[in-house]
Amino acid sequence: MGIAFENQLAAPQLPSRPAYGDNQTGTHLPERAGSLNGVIVPEQPGKNAIEVRGVRKVFGTGENQVAALDTVSVSIRENEFFTLLGPSGCGKTTLLRLIAGFDFPTAGEILLHGQDIAPLPPFKRPVNTVFQSYALFPHMTVAQNIGFGLEMLGKARAEIEARVAQMLKLVKMEALKARRTSEISGGQQQRVALARALAPQPKVLLLDEPLSALDYKLRKEMQIELKRLQHETGITFIFVTHDQEEALTMSDRIAVMSAGKILQVGTPRDIYDRPAERFVADFIGETNFLPGTVVSKQAGVATVKFASSATISAGYPEGFDPTGEVTLVVRPEHADLVPDPAKGTIAGTLANIVYFGTDTHYHVKLDGGGENFIVRHQNSRSSPVTYATGAKVGIQFEEDAARVLKD
Amino acid sequence: MAEPRVMDIKDQPGFRTIAIICLLVLYVPVLILMIFSLNSGSLVTHWEGVTLGWYGTAFLNEEFHAAARNTLIISVTATIVSTICATLAAIGMTRVKPWRGLAAAFMVINLPLMVPEIITAVATLSFFALIAGVFGLNFGIGNLILAHTVFCIPFAYMPIRARLEDMDLTLEYAAADLYATPWSAFRRITLPLLVPGIMSGAALAFIVSFDDFTITQLVAGPGQTTLPLYIWNQIRRPMTPEINAISTILLMVSILFVSVSFLIARRRAK
Ligand SMILES: Nc1ncnc2c1ncn2[C@@H]1O[C@H](COP(=O)(O)OP(=O)(O)OP(=O)(O)O)[C@@H](O)[C@H]1O
Ligand SMILES: [Mg+2]
Repeated sequence: MGIAFENQLAAPQLPSRPAYGDNQTGTHLPERAGSLNGVIVPEQPGKNAIEVRGVRKVFGTGENQVAALDTVSVSIRENEFFTLLGPSGCGKTTLLRLIAGFDFPTAGEILLHGQDIAPLPPFKRPVNTVFQSYALFPHMTVAQNIGFGLEMLGKARAEIEARVAQMLKLVKMEALKARRTSEISGGQQQRVALARALAPQPKVLLLDEPLSALDYKLRKEMQIELKRLQHETGITFIFVTHDQEEALTMSDRIAVMSAGKILQVGTPRDIYDRPAERFVADFIGETNFLPGTVVSKQAGVATVKFASSATISAGYPEGFDPTGEVTLVVRPEHADLVPDPAKGTIAGTLANIVYFGTDTHYHVKLDGGGENFIVRHQNSRSSPVTYATGAKVGIQFEEDAARVLKD
Repeated sequence: MAEPRVMDIKDQPGFRTIAIICLLVLYVPVLILMIFSLNSGSLVTHWEGVTLGWYGTAFLNEEFHAAARNTLIISVTATIVSTICATLAAIGMTRVKPWRGLAAAFMVINLPLMVPEIITAVATLSFFALIAGVFGLNFGIGNLILAHTVFCIPFAYMPIRARLEDMDLTLEYAAADLYATPWSAFRRITLPLLVPGIMSGAALAFIVSFDDFTITQLVAGPGQTTLPLYIWNQIRRPMTPEINAISTILLMVSILFVSVSFLIARRRAK
C-alpha cells in the first residue's frame, strides 16, 4: 500500500502554511560542533530539523525553583527517529512542550530548520504532537479528529476528505471512522492520535510516551507500526519514552536524560556499548558494577586490578581520566561462567538461577563481597553445562567487556 | 460466586426506613398540592371529587396571564444574560494566567450566595430608589431583569466553572497544536465541551429566577407582578384550588425546563 502514499508524503510540502516563511533555504546554518555539558559532540553532515541551543526551563520562583531543563543543547536531524529517554521527571515532556510552543524557555533558543521559532505561537508551528493521553476530541468522530488540523489550516473540503481517507487507511482505521473517540479501544485511540498528528504533514512529529498506556503485545505491534510510519512519511520523529528497550529498538539516535540534563546522545549501539557515564550504563540495559583500582593506562585502555589481584583491561570514554579507585561496568551478556573457579577472572558462589525462556540469568555472589554479579546466558538446545545453586563458579569476561565510567 | 464488595450503604440497617421518610417529607406536600388542584370543591382542605375545572379557570384568568408573561420575560432574559456573564467570568478565571485579584474576583462573584437574600433585596431596592431619586431613572421591568440577572450569576457560574476545571487542558493544547487559533480552539473545542456546564448553569439560573420571591417582592413596581408574587397575593384571600392548579403549572414548567437542560447536557457530555 505504501507506494501511492509515499509519493505524496515523502517530501512534506506546506505551501499554504501561514506565517512560517518560505525562505528555509535562505538561512542555512554552517555546520558546527555542539558542546554538551563539556562533552564535544561532533555535528554530522545533514540538515538539522530541530536545534535546541542552551535551553533552560525554570519552574516556580524563589525557594520552589526547579530547573526542569538545565542548559540542554541537542540537534535533531531531518528524517531522524530521535528518542528522548530518561526516568520520570527528568524533563522530557518539558522539552517537547517547548518545541511545540506550549511553554517558553527561560533561556536559550530552539531552531526549526535553522529558524528561531520563539516568535511563533503553537498554532503557527509546523510541528504536531501525539499526546501521552492522546487528547482526542471527545465530541468528534474519528474522521473529524483526523481532519481537524487540515480544517484549521483552511484546506478545501475535498482535499481534507481525501487526506483523512488516506490517513485512516494508513493507520488501518477505515472501518471505525464514524465512531466517537470514546467508543474505540486504547490502541485504536493511539492510532487515531497518530493519524491526527500526521494528517497536516508536519515537519516534525513529537510523540510523548505514546505507547505507555498499551499492553505489552499491542505495544510491540505499535512499535513496528511507528517505525513503518516514520519510514513511509519521512517526517522527523521526536519520541519520548522511559522504556529503554523501546528506545533501543526504535531509534536512530537516543538522548539519555537525567535531572534536566542530556547525558549522552548517540545511536542505540553507542549508548549501549559505550555509555559515557555510570547513570547511562545503569539506566540502559542491565549492568554489573565492579570495584577495582587502576594500575596503568595506555591509549584509552586502563588496566584495572580487582581485590583478588586479577587484572582486566577496560576502555573508558574520551575526556575522562580514571585514576585510583574506580567502578567497572560489565554487561551480563559479556561475561560467562566456567565450572572451575580457578579459571575465572573472578570467582564466586551461584546464589540464584533465573530462567527467562530465551535466556538464563545466573546471580553470582562474589568472593570479594559486594553486589551480586549477573551473567546472562542465552539458552539453546545444546547448553553444555548445567549449574546448580550453591556451586562455586568462575566468571570470565569477553574481550572489551569492561569499561571504566564516571560516577 | 459472591464477589467481596466494598461497603454498600444500602445494606445498612434502617437505611430503607430513613430514605422513605425523607422522600415522604419532601414529596407528600407537593403531591397533596397537586392532587387538590383536581378537587371539584372550592376548598383546598376538603376533597369532593375530580375535575380539571380549576385549570380552565386558571387559563382564563387574565391576572395569571399577565403574571406568567412577566415571569417568563424576566426569567428568560435574566437566564440568558447571567449565563453569558457567568461563562465569560468562568473562562476569565480558569483559562488565563493567574492574575492579581483572582481570588478576590472569585469571592466577589460568589458572595451573593452567602449574603442573606433579604439583605440583597433591601440593598437592591435602595439602589434603584437612589437611581430613581438622583437621576430620575426607572427602567420599569428592566429593574427586575437587572436584579434577577445579578443574583443569578453565581448560580450559573458554579457548574460552568466546575466543568471548565474538570476539562482536560490538553485538549486545548491539542487544538492549538493542530493550528487552531485561540478563538477557533475556543469555538470548536472548549465551547462544545462546555455545553453541559452551561446548560446546568442556565437551568439553575432559570429556576432561581423563576421562583424568586423576596427580591422581586421588594423591587417590583405596579404591573410587575410575577407568578410567585401572584400566588402570594392569592393565598392571602380565601384560597381555592385554582392556586393549586397554578402552582402545579409552575412546577411542571420548572420540571420541563430542568429535564430539557439535563437531557441536552447529558447528550453533550458523552
Ligand atoms: N508546570 C510546572 N510547574 C512546576 N514544575 C513543573 C511543571 N512542569 C514540570 N515541572 C517539573 O519539571 C520536572 C520535569 O517534568 P517533565 O514533565 O518534563 O518530566 P518527564 O521527564 O516528562 O517525566 P515523566 O516521564 O514522568 O512524564 C519535574 O520535576 C516536574 O515536577
Ligand atoms: Mg512526561
